[in-house]
Amino acid sequence: MNSPRTPGLAASRLDTTTLVDNFSDLHAPLDPHEAAVAADRCYFCHDAPCVTACPTDIDIPLFIRQISTGQPEASARTILEQNILGGMCARVCPTETLCEEACVRMTAEHKPVEIGRLQRYATDAVMRANSHPFTRAAETGKTVAVVGAGPAGLACAHRLAMHGHTVSLFDAKPKPGGLNEYGIAAYKSTEDFAAREVDWLMQIGGITLHTGRKLGEDFTLNELQTDFDAVFLGIGLGAVNALTCDGNDKGGVADAVSFIEDLRQAADLSKLTIGRDVVVIGGGMTAVDAAVQAKLLGAENVTISYRRTQAEMPASRYEQDLATAKGVRILSETMPKAIHGNGTATEIELEYTTSENGKLKGTGETLRLRADQVFRAIGQTFAAFDGPDLDHGKIAVTGAGRTSAKGVWAGGDCTKGEDLTVVAVADGRDAAEDIHATLMGTAQ
Amino acid sequence: MADLTTDFIGIKSPNPFWLASAPPTDKEYNVRRAFEAGWGGVVWKTLGAEGPPVVNVNGPRYGAIYGADRRLMGLNNIELITDRPLETNLEEMARVKADYPDRALIASIMVPCDEASWKAILPRVMETGADGIELNFGCPHGMAERGMGSAVGQVPEYIEMVTRWCKQYYDRPVIVKLTPNITDIRGPAQAAKNGGADAVSLINTINSITSVDLDLFAPEPTIDGKGTHGGYCGPAVKPIALNMVAEIARDPNTHGLPISGIGGVTTWRDAAEFMVMGAGNVQVCTAAMTYGFKIVEEMKRGLSQWMDEKGYTSTSEFIGKGVPNVTDWQYLNLNYVTKARISQDDCIKCGRCFAACEDTSHQAIWMHEDRTFEVNDAECVACNLCVDVCPVENCITMEELAPGVVDPRTGREVSAEPGNWTQHPNNPSAQAAE
Repeated sequence: MNSPRTPGLAASRLDTTTLVDNFSDLHAPLDPHEAAVAADRCYFCHDAPCVTACPTDIDIPLFIRQISTGQPEASARTILEQNILGGMCARVCPTETLCEEACVRMTAEHKPVEIGRLQRYATDAVMRANSHPFTRAAETGKTVAVVGAGPAGLACAHRLAMHGHTVSLFDAKPKPGGLNEYGIAAYKSTEDFAAREVDWLMQIGGITLHTGRKLGEDFTLNELQTDFDAVFLGIGLGAVNALTCDGNDKGGVADAVSFIEDLRQAADLSKLTIGRDVVVIGGGMTAVDAAVQAKLLGAENVTISYRRTQAEMPASRYEQDLATAKGVRILSETMPKAIHGNGTATEIELEYTTSENGKLKGTGETLRLRADQVFRAIGQTFAAFDGPDLDHGKIAVTGAGRTSAKGVWAGGDCTKGEDLTVVAVADGRDAAEDIHATLMGTAQ
Repeated sequence: MADLTTDFIGIKSPNPFWLASAPPTDKEYNVRRAFEAGWGGVVWKTLGAEGPPVVNVNGPRYGAIYGADRRLMGLNNIELITDRPLETNLEEMARVKADYPDRALIASIMVPCDEASWKAILPRVMETGADGIELNFGCPHGMAERGMGSAVGQVPEYIEMVTRWCKQYYDRPVIVKLTPNITDIRGPAQAAKNGGADAVSLINTINSITSVDLDLFAPEPTIDGKGTHGGYCGPAVKPIALNMVAEIARDPNTHGLPISGIGGVTTWRDAAEFMVMGAGNVQVCTAAMTYGFKIVEEMKRGLSQWMDEKGYTSTSEFIGKGVPNVTDWQYLNLNYVTKARISQDDCIKCGRCFAACEDTSHQAIWMHEDRTFEVNDAECVACNLCVDVCPVENCITMEELAPGVVDPRTGREVSAEPGNWTQHPNNPSAQAAE
C-alpha cells in the first residue's frame, strides 16, 4: 500500500476504512432530538431576514415550526413548494452567507439557527418515505424542451410538469443532475443523493429524460424552437478558464472540475490517484472542494494559491476554515508564474502579489513549492454558441429568464447572477412560471 | 451567608424549603435522602385511614407539558394518597423524626369526613413525634370521588368542621391544605381560620387534562384507552398560586393567617416571591421530581445571596413585605403613563414586537425600511406586550413620562397627582372631590 509520502501520483495513499470515513457526510444528519432542540431556537421572526436572504424564498420560520410541532414531512412540503431541490440545497448551500448569516441569532449570540441542517432533516424525511407531495395538473397539450438537467433545468422541468405541460429534458452527460451529480464535493452529497433526488423529482410525471444529448451536436436550438412550444436553457458553464503560465501543459496539471467529477463518479476511491504535493490555483468553492478532497484522498501537502488576500476569497470563511481544519494551507497573494518539471510537474513557481489602486501586480518575489499535481480552479466561463444574445459573456435575460430568442428562456449558471445551486433553482422555477403563463395566455 | 432558619407557626426548620406531601415523601428512604440533601422540612405523603390501603393505577400516573427543549413546565398526576399500610408509614415517620430532630416533619392526613375517623388517626400521628399535621382537602382526583380531598375543600362548612375536630383531638399545629379548584380561595381560607387552623397551605393541584392522544382519542395519561382528570402542578401553575396566596394575605378577614406557599416553586426566586406575597415558607414538589433533591441547594444559596444583597438577616424581615402592594384594579394610578422604548443597540431585529403590536395590539411600532423598529408614542398604550414577546431581555423597556409632559396619545399633560378609577369622571360611581 502507498502512503501520503509516496512520491508522484499514487492511488491508495490511505487505507479503505479511512477513505470511506473521510468521504462520509461532512455534517451528520440531525436525529429527532437534535432537530427538536435546534428548531426550538427559531424565533419565528416577522418578515424573517432568513427568508429574504434565501434566493428561493423558502418560508424558513414556518418549516422550522413544523419540525418543532412534529411534522417533518409537512415541513418538507413547505420547503419543496419553493425549492424542489431543497434536499440538495440543504447540503450544498453556503448557508453561512445566506439564510444563516441573516439569522437574528447571529446578532444575538453569533450562533444562527441551524437552518441548513434542519432543512435536511425535513427533506430527508420525505426522501426516506419516498413520497412525492405534489401532483400533476391535467395535461395542457403543450410541450417544452428543457436543455440541461442540472438544478435550473430540473426545477424548471418539475414546475412545468406540475402545471400539466409535457417536458423533454435533455442533458449532454450520461446522468442527470448537472453540477449536483458531477460538480460537488463527495462528502456533501453522500449515498448517491443527487441521483436519488432526481429519481424522486421525476415522480411528478410528464418529464421524459434524454441523456447523452448535447445542444449543438445532437440537436440545434432552431429545431427545438420548431418542435416545442417553448425552450428553457439551463446549460451551465461549459468551459474552464485557462491558466496562462509557463508549463501549464505539463503532466499532472488538470482542471479542478474534472478532478471533482472523477472523484464523484469513482466507484472505488482507493483506485483514484492523487499527488503527494498538490497545489490548487484559485480561491472559490471549486478550489476548496478540490483541495479538501485531495487532502482526504491522502495527499501529504495541499496548498491553495490565491492571488488576492484571503479576505477577498470567493469561498466563504466557513469553507476556508473547513479547508484549513482538514490540513490545507491557504497561500494568499500569490499567483502562478511557472510550472516546472521534465514532462510532468514537479514544482510550481509562485510570485507574490500586491494590489495598487485595486490593480493586482506581481512584486517580483517568488517562491517554489513541490507540486506533482496542480489543479486549475480559476473559474468557469459560458461556452458560447450560436444562440440568444449574450451579456457579459452569458446569456442575456430579462424578467423571469426571457432571452432574445423567441420562445426561449434561460437560467442558472449560464445567465447572470451568483453561480449557486439555489439561485439556479430559483431561476428555473421562475422561468417555468413565466413559460406557463405565456403558454396559457395569462402572461402579463 | 444569611440565616435561613424559619419559624413557621412555631415549627422551626433550618430553611423555608419543605417538600410537599407527594410521591417524593412517600417513605422513609426518600425522606432520609431529602434531609441528607438539605431540605428544611417534609410533609409526609398523605396518610389514609387504618385498614387496607388505597391502590393506584398500574399504568402511567403522570402527564406533562413541555417548554422549549422538553423543559418540564407542567406535570399532572392521578396518583392517590399513600398506598402503603398506615402502620408502616407511622413507624417510619417516628424513626425519621427521631434521627432528624431539627427538621420539620408534618403528617398529611386524608380520612373520611366523619369525626370518628379523625379522632381515630390523630393520636396515632401524635405518637410519631411529627411537628404538626396538614389536612389534605385538596387532591382533585380519585379520592374526591370518594368524598375526600377536594370534595371537602370545596365546601367551606366541611373545612371548618374537620379543622375543628383536629384542633380538638390534636394539640400540635394544624395546617389546612386548600384546593384551587374553587371560585374564590378566600372562602375556604376563612373557613379554615374559623375552624381554628394554625395555617393554610396552598395551592394543591389544579384539575387538568394535559393532552390528548390523537391516535387513541383519549386523554393523557392514558390507562388502557381511557383517561381521567388529574392534578396539575409545576412552573405553569405558579402565577395562579401566587395570586391565591396574595388574596388570602391581603384580605382583612384572613390577613395574618400563616400561609405555606405551594405551586411551581422551582428556584430561590420563586420562593422569595411567594414569601414576599405573604407565605411563611414554601413547599416544593415538581422541581424535586424533575431535577432530584439536590435542587434545594440552589434555592438555599440563591435565597441567602438575595437576602445578603438586600441586607436581610432573617426571613421574617421580608415575609409579606409585598402584600400592601397588591391592590384592587380600581386603586391603580391612572395618571402613571409609560411608553415602550426599544434599545437599538440591543435589538436583534426579529420583528416580533412589530408583529405582536401590529396584528394584535395598537399599531404602535413602526417597522422602518432598514428593518429598525421604533415606538410611535401617539399610539402606544404601554400594554407591555412588546416587552413580553421580545426574546432579548431588557431590549424593550417601559419609560415613565414625567409629570408635565404631554402624552402624544391622549394630548393630555401627565399629572403629578395620582388618580384612580374611583375618582375618574367616566366612573358613574366616582365620588365627587370634597
